Amino acid sequence: MSLAAPKLPATRRRRLQMPVSVMIGLAVVVLMLAVALLAPWIAPTDPTNVASFDLMSAELPPAFMPDGDPAHWLGTDNQGRDLFSAILYGMRVSIAIGGGAVLVAASLGVVLGLLAGYFGGWVDIVIMRVGDVILSLPTILLALLVSGIARAVFPEAGTAQWAPVILIGAIAIHEWVQYARTVRAATMVEASKDYVRAARVIGLPPLHIMVRHILPNVMSPVMVIATINLAAAVLTEATLSFLGVGMPPTYPSLGTLIRIGNEFVFSGIWWIAVFPAVTLVVLVLAVNVVGDWLRDRFNPKLKGR
Amino acid sequence: MKSAALSITDLTVDYPLADGSVITAVSGVNLEVAPGEIHALVGESGAGKTTIGNALMGLLQAPGRVAKGRIEIGGKPVDIRTGRTEGIVQGKDVGAIFQDPMTSLNPLFTVESQLGETMRHHLGLSRAEARQRSLELLRAVGIPEPERRLKSYPHQLSGGQRQRVVIAAALCCDPKLIIADEPTTALDVSVQAQILKLIRGLADERGVGILLVTHNMGVVAEVADRVTIMLKGQVVESGPVAQVLGAPQHPYAKALIGAVPRVDVKLPRLPVPAQESPGTAAAREQVRARMGGGDEAKAGVLSVDNLVVEYGTRGGLFGGGSRVFRAVKGVSFTVEPGEIFGLVGESGCGKTTVANTIAGLAKPTSGSVTLGGLPIGAKQGGLARKVLQMVFQDPYSALNPRLRVATAIAEPIAFYHLAATKVEAAEDAALLLEAVGLDRAAGARFPHAFSGGQRQRIAIARALAPRPRFLVCDEPTSSLDVSVQAQILNLLKDLRDLAGLSILFISHDLAVVRQMCDRIAVMKSGEIVEQAPTEELFAAPSHPYTRELLSLVPSLDKIAREPAPLGGAVG
Repeated sequence: MSLAAPKLPATRRRRLQMPVSVMIGLAVVVLMLAVALLAPWIAPTDPTNVASFDLMSAELPPAFMPDGDPAHWLGTDNQGRDLFSAILYGMRVSIAIGGGAVLVAASLGVVLGLLAGYFGGWVDIVIMRVGDVILSLPTILLALLVSGIARAVFPEAGTAQWAPVILIGAIAIHEWVQYARTVRAATMVEASKDYVRAARVIGLPPLHIMVRHILPNVMSPVMVIATINLAAAVLTEATLSFLGVGMPPTYPSLGTLIRIGNEFVFSGIWWIAVFPAVTLVVLVLAVNVVGDWLRDRFNPKLKGR
Repeated sequence: MKSAALSITDLTVDYPLADGSVITAVSGVNLEVAPGEIHALVGESGAGKTTIGNALMGLLQAPGRVAKGRIEIGGKPVDIRTGRTEGIVQGKDVGAIFQDPMTSLNPLFTVESQLGETMRHHLGLSRAEARQRSLELLRAVGIPEPERRLKSYPHQLSGGQRQRVVIAAALCCDPKLIIADEPTTALDVSVQAQILKLIRGLADERGVGILLVTHNMGVVAEVADRVTIMLKGQVVESGPVAQVLGAPQHPYAKALIGAVPRVDVKLPRLPVPAQESPGTAAAREQVRARMGGGDEAKAGVLSVDNLVVEYGTRGGLFGGGSRVFRAVKGVSFTVEPGEIFGLVGESGCGKTTVANTIAGLAKPTSGSVTLGGLPIGAKQGGLARKVLQMVFQDPYSALNPRLRVATAIAEPIAFYHLAATKVEAAEDAALLLEAVGLDRAAGARFPHAFSGGQRQRIAIARALAPRPRFLVCDEPTSSLDVSVQAQILNLLKDLRDLAGLSILFISHDLAVVRQMCDRIAVMKSGEIVEQAPTEELFAAPSHPYTRELLSLVPSLDKIAREPAPLGGAVG
């Protein structure tokens, strides 16, 4: 019975329509987030606990292969760690670092963008030129630089406890510029509108105007960039870990697992590298599909298509 | 007998909605335009006048469709199912002039290619012939130096010249009918007068029928032969201009024409049906008590002394001369407590810069603005910013789309601790909403739920919230319909009387200024050329520029109007 169904305005309903690919992408993202969150309860063993390693069963192939052990259905790595558990925990680490980096970058970028856009003048010049310089360096190079320096100055930086913090900082230092640019442009548009001018005439202080009046009106592009950047941040983390400056093998992320597996690929032990890699690809692809759709949805120039 | 340039019979335009219901934008409209006649189509926003124009040109937006009716252009029928003209080439028998000459020309093409393209396409002219004809057309629409202008890009032309090019483009295939949709709304009075003269000339000399869509009654009185007044998609009255505007029959037509501010006589209030509820009166009484309550900064004289505002383009990093533009060149005036002071002038004369400077949105290069002898908003020895508030032109951007109306109004109240508690601040906000003629429940909604006029009321309520002594109104009604404009103007007058507010009223519309202001200053290129009490200025303008402005205002008053409807029975 459609009688009782609430009648959404036509535009609202159109916005809620999504293609099948996006629905699948969204479902995959939600599933992976849930699995990552619940890893300690789902995983058969704790891959971070060295006591659970069994060197006797190292390098076991997946369960569906002739020599496979049904207890390790994706096989084990060179330390005898259950690969399925390692991937679940690795995904958790990757998503946490990616999400953390996005959060830090977005907060930093939004604050700096608001300041630059609202005050203009030298505040704007300083913030945006620093951003330009940062963007002229490749993401990976900058991240390598930051984590390299951090490890040199601070010996603890490579440990499971501190590596995520360093990684988040190393990624966010590059990514905030994009948020700052977007927010700055949007802020300049909003600041010239009459409601902001009215707030200035009322005599409200700049901080109040920025937080209460401008911020809510510039946030929707930020949400879109954040989604798209989540995938990029996860990839950057994986790359850094693959290069050996990321998460340590004792607390592996997906990138670390791929790095470990990479050493064994040519000796026929392909599963250690391939399963984490496939997980990474699926995760990044799903997030990207959702992010692209969001971007198109919120792009006023593509409205009505 | 020559066939009519345009004949519309029983036209109905529907917009089917997604949920199956249908909005009828235009219903059962009959209209005829004879060759050489200017037929004005007037009505307030949403009346369906632009929809008719679009239907004629086959430009109806996607779900819209002509449900029934018959349209004939130059005696040839238009296919109503598709909105296409059968056997008539679009742009050949119908020419179009749109409101904004900025956007109706392609910025990447020269004047020559904009004009020539159409003619080569529709008339099969050669490049040289098209060029020849473009020149003729530019001469016909009165563009100086047509040879040079052919090579110009739209941004190199002034607003008036652009509109002339648009008109030339509309003429290029010798159409039988021109549809002009608000052709002068975006233009200054002096340019508007020239363009109207040009349009009148086209009708007289070329025998083109013109359908003039407009909301400006003055324009109608100035150029049109016949007029059709529309309300909610239906024709309420139609006939010769003198008859309809001079002695309207239909109550809506009467109200609409009555609401047009007059240039010739000052009325105590604009005649619109009173919308005040007893609640409004009570709320105003309470607002008066609160406003008058605090003795602080008892109005005081606003004094603007030798104000100069310059906009600089600073020399770049690598040298390059710095250029300075003087927007305001030494302006001085005073506004007495409780006075409404008008500042008029054409666009670019610096009146908005003056308003922004007084409101603290722009910094003066030299000179001073004081209220009761004290500077406003200065850190030491100044008055708090709240003593002076502003009402802006565009009610659509004046309210934060993400703040509920009550929150937006309560914000300054809470900020200046004008109410002891949050509950009291909310009560104050509700009271202000009532005082400007809205329902107190309106506060719970977001701005998008309101019409332009309602938003302007909300903006006024917010300006009153910090209990100011002085209000700066920058073109507060120029984007509103006439009847709404009349209501807002009356509201501002009431508030002045109520709270002893002084008002600086900025406008380009002389009729509005005459109705509103006690004294008027006329600005031209950054300077005040004349300053006088309103009646004096209108009766005996001393400066030539003022006289010119006054003579150019398209006005209803050229047609004998009934005595002011408020003035009682018609003699």
